Amino acid sequence: MDLKEKLVSSFMAFEGQIDVDAPVHEIRSEAIKVFEQKGFPTKKEESWKYTSLNALLKNDYTVFPKEESALQFQDVKKYFLHEIDSYKIVFVDGIYSSYLSETSHEGLDVCLMSAALSKPKYRLIIDNYFNKIAPKDDGLTALNTAFSREGAFINIPKGKVVEKPIQILHFSTGKESALMLQPRNLVVVGENAHVQIIERHQSLTENPVLTNSVTEIHANRNSIVDYYKIQNDAQTASLIDNTYIAQKKHSHASVHTFSLGGNITRNNLNFYHLDERIDSTLKGITIIGDKQHVDHSTLVHHAQPNCESHQDYKGIYADKSTGVFNGKVLVDKIAQKTNAFQQNNNILIDDRAVINTKPQLEIFADDVKCSHGCTIGQLDEEALFYLQSRGIPSKEARALLMYGFANNVLASVKIDEVKKRIKKLIAMKLNVNIGFEL
Amino acid sequence: MAYTEEELKKELETKEYEYGFYTDIEAETFPNGLNEDIVRAISKKKEEPEWMTEWRLEAFRAWEKMEEPEWANVTYKKPSFQDISYYSAPKKKPEYESLDEVDPELLETFKKLGISIEEQKKLAGVAVDVVMDSVSVATTFKKTLAEKGIIFCSISEAIKEHPELVKKYIGTVVPQRDNFYAALNSAVFSDGSFCYIPKGVRCPMELSTYFRINQAGTGQFERTLVVADEGSYVSYLEGCTAPQRDENQLHAAVVELIALDDAEIKYSTVQNWFPGDKEGKGGVFNFVTKRGLCEKNAKISWTQVETGSAVTWKYPSCILKGDNSIGEFYSIAVTNNYQQADTGTKMIHIGKNTRSTIISKGISAGKSQNSYRGLVQVNRGAENARNFSQCDSLLMGNLCGAHTFPYIEAKNKTAQIEHEATTSKIGEDQIFYCNQRGIDTEKAIALIVNGFSKEVLNKLPMEFAVEAQKLLEISLEGSVG
Repeated sequence: MDLKEKLVSSFMAFEGQIDVDAPVHEIRSEAIKVFEQKGFPTKKEESWKYTSLNALLKNDYTVFPKEESALQFQDVKKYFLHEIDSYKIVFVDGIYSSYLSETSHEGLDVCLMSAALSKPKYRLIIDNYFNKIAPKDDGLTALNTAFSREGAFINIPKGKVVEKPIQILHFSTGKESALMLQPRNLVVVGENAHVQIIERHQSLTENPVLTNSVTEIHANRNSIVDYYKIQNDAQTASLIDNTYIAQKKHSHASVHTFSLGGNITRNNLNFYHLDERIDSTLKGITIIGDKQHVDHSTLVHHAQPNCESHQDYKGIYADKSTGVFNGKVLVDKIAQKTNAFQQNNNILIDDRAVINTKPQLEIFADDVKCSHGCTIGQLDEEALFYLQSRGIPSKEARALLMYGFANNVLASVKIDEVKKRIKKLIAMKLNVNIGFEL
Repeated sequence: MAYTEEELKKELETKEYEYGFYTDIEAETFPNGLNEDIVRAISKKKEEPEWMTEWRLEAFRAWEKMEEPEWANVTYKKPSFQDISYYSAPKKKPEYESLDEVDPELLETFKKLGISIEEQKKLAGVAVDVVMDSVSVATTFKKTLAEKGIIFCSISEAIKEHPELVKKYIGTVVPQRDNFYAALNSAVFSDGSFCYIPKGVRCPMELSTYFRINQAGTGQFERTLVVADEGSYVSYLEGCTAPQRDENQLHAAVVELIALDDAEIKYSTVQNWFPGDKEGKGGVFNFVTKRGLCEKNAKISWTQVETGSAVTWKYPSCILKGDNSIGEFYSIAVTNNYQQADTGTKMIHIGKNTRSTIISKGISAGKSQNSYRGLVQVNRGAENARNFSQCDSLLMGNLCGAHTFPYIEAKNKTAQIEHEATTSKIGEDQIFYCNQRGIDTEKAIALIVNGFSKEVLNKLPMEFAVEAQKLLEISLEGSVG
């Protein structure tokens, strides 16, 4: 039985575990029909031209993890941003771990999707926001919607500035021989509110994991949303991340994606502008090796006038790794005075590394400033020579240059601890110790 | 060139191009529809050898199994391939040495086109292979070219007289089953041009072909094959005109260029098929496959000015197979009213130290849609491949669209690829500045558009450059909001 059939048939079993009378269940039933019809994307689809899921779909995944697995904080401490105080929502094998988490209902809601979907007091929010921006016709998103039960639910009320960042962590323990996870997150940021979120997926064993995550973010008027995705997973873990962000007037939303590991990573990042004077930032650093595969597929839909978007993705590809960048800027007829900027720079380190990039513009308005730039190249030999002539060994010199290359993206990271962590990860990745702060 | 710019301008002004006209020449037309018998009949009509008939049939069988591609960013009513007549030739096939023998009606058409064979013969030094409804009816300057050993004739003549060359090269760059329209073309192509430049010869003049679609209901399936042997050079001009009519016409040409070691081919196109009227009615469908193959140290340069056609679907490509080969693509695509253009290029880097340059300028006005779709592919063995791409779009009015779909695939770490694209509109301050100096808005726009396209216009041979500038102005007439 292939994975699609298995998932469709297990939907019945899933219905046995949840409240089928809840209004969201109708959404789920609709979604499973869409998935049944669309299935998993294939390379024949334009947006999946360079990324094949076939190898992943062969595994016999467990769809429902059976029991909660206990993890000792000491064992997983290094995956947390433990240096700073933060809210934490932690899932182990898809099940909420109250022991590792630190949630809150005081002045804001940092809690669970399962609670939000079942408790009457969240009814209004769920009705207004749940599955509103995620496309109804996308197979993978529909699959997630059909099985939506658990994930992070973050609701920041009007005017609230969240004083500490919120961390969302997903661990998989490898108790199942192969595990498929489908976390569903909803973030609602009220008017004038401000929130910072860090998300990470981590597999702790060699057993294959496939995560198909959907996150919906609603940024209301004047709100500021800062989202960081740290992807440095085990070689056997794959991630399909679908993030949808709807922005209202004067809101600022930024998503930084750091893809430093994992088997196949696909980031579908979509921004929708619902009103004027919106600012969107999409930035990413990808440094991978081995046979890793990272695919960034971004969409910024400028549907209103006077908005801005900035995209900047840097990639360094070693060994037999493959990088894909598929950036799309869509400017509607009425979206005059749009300012859209898109940049994608890549460095290939080894002969077997591959990069496929497609920065795409679709513009229907005439009074706009839209540009994109894309480069593929190598480290500057002369710069390397310069550093070496000053006594910096070749390896370190290369690392320094790569730091410099990626630094544009790091510069806009607003949480210092995240910045430090990423630098550390990059240093580890490049196998160097430069010995001073950059 | 013996032409002065003044003379050229004058001639171009009298070239009443903007409207369509229809010459009534008795033509022999096949019944509508396409099947193996029609393919055989075309082949027989052209007195082709057996291998050519087989080659066509092979293509036809492949075509039958193919589906019309839908990935392009264009929408149109698909032509019904069974409602087209696949062969139409002027009945009085003239075989003449002097122009006096030519059908006077035909000469009249040429005059309207502004080709003026006599004048070109005397002044421009351009050999013209005029294709009038699929059969080559006038070939000039053949003798001068023959002295150099250059073969420049219609493809059907080449099949008869130089079968070894045609057999060796046809379908090597664009195979029969390459794509839907290439397969169709391979099966039913009626005529086209063949050009062979022998080793080490520098072609002394620009070779030029004027294509015209003339007979109602006949699609034009041209096949062009240009072979530049080792160390040779040729500059080839292709210009297109079409008379106005209501139902959509299909044009599915195939152009194959082969540049052997150290050879250089410069291929320039001005395409101005009938784009449909202001309501988007009528117009030509232009689905063209153009591809060139570069051997060692060879160079192929495509320059195109696309102003016509209701729907354009065209990607002149270079396969940079040999080491140190160079591919270039310079393009201006102008769309107005309801025109749709999906055009761009493919640069396939296979050899070492290969270089490619892409400069594409898209101008959209009215309710048109203009897309750039390009591929830069660096294969594993293509060390030190270098590519520079620039795609600029200019939007006029808020009902049109400009799209960019650049695909970049690099599999070699020494590759250096740059791509940049911008989208902008004509600044009000620029127009104001011109107005202030007594230049009316329409002229000002023409001026600015010409400046915007200058990089590409400069690459055109002189006669074409003047014509192209005029075309840009005509195409954008009335687009000032």
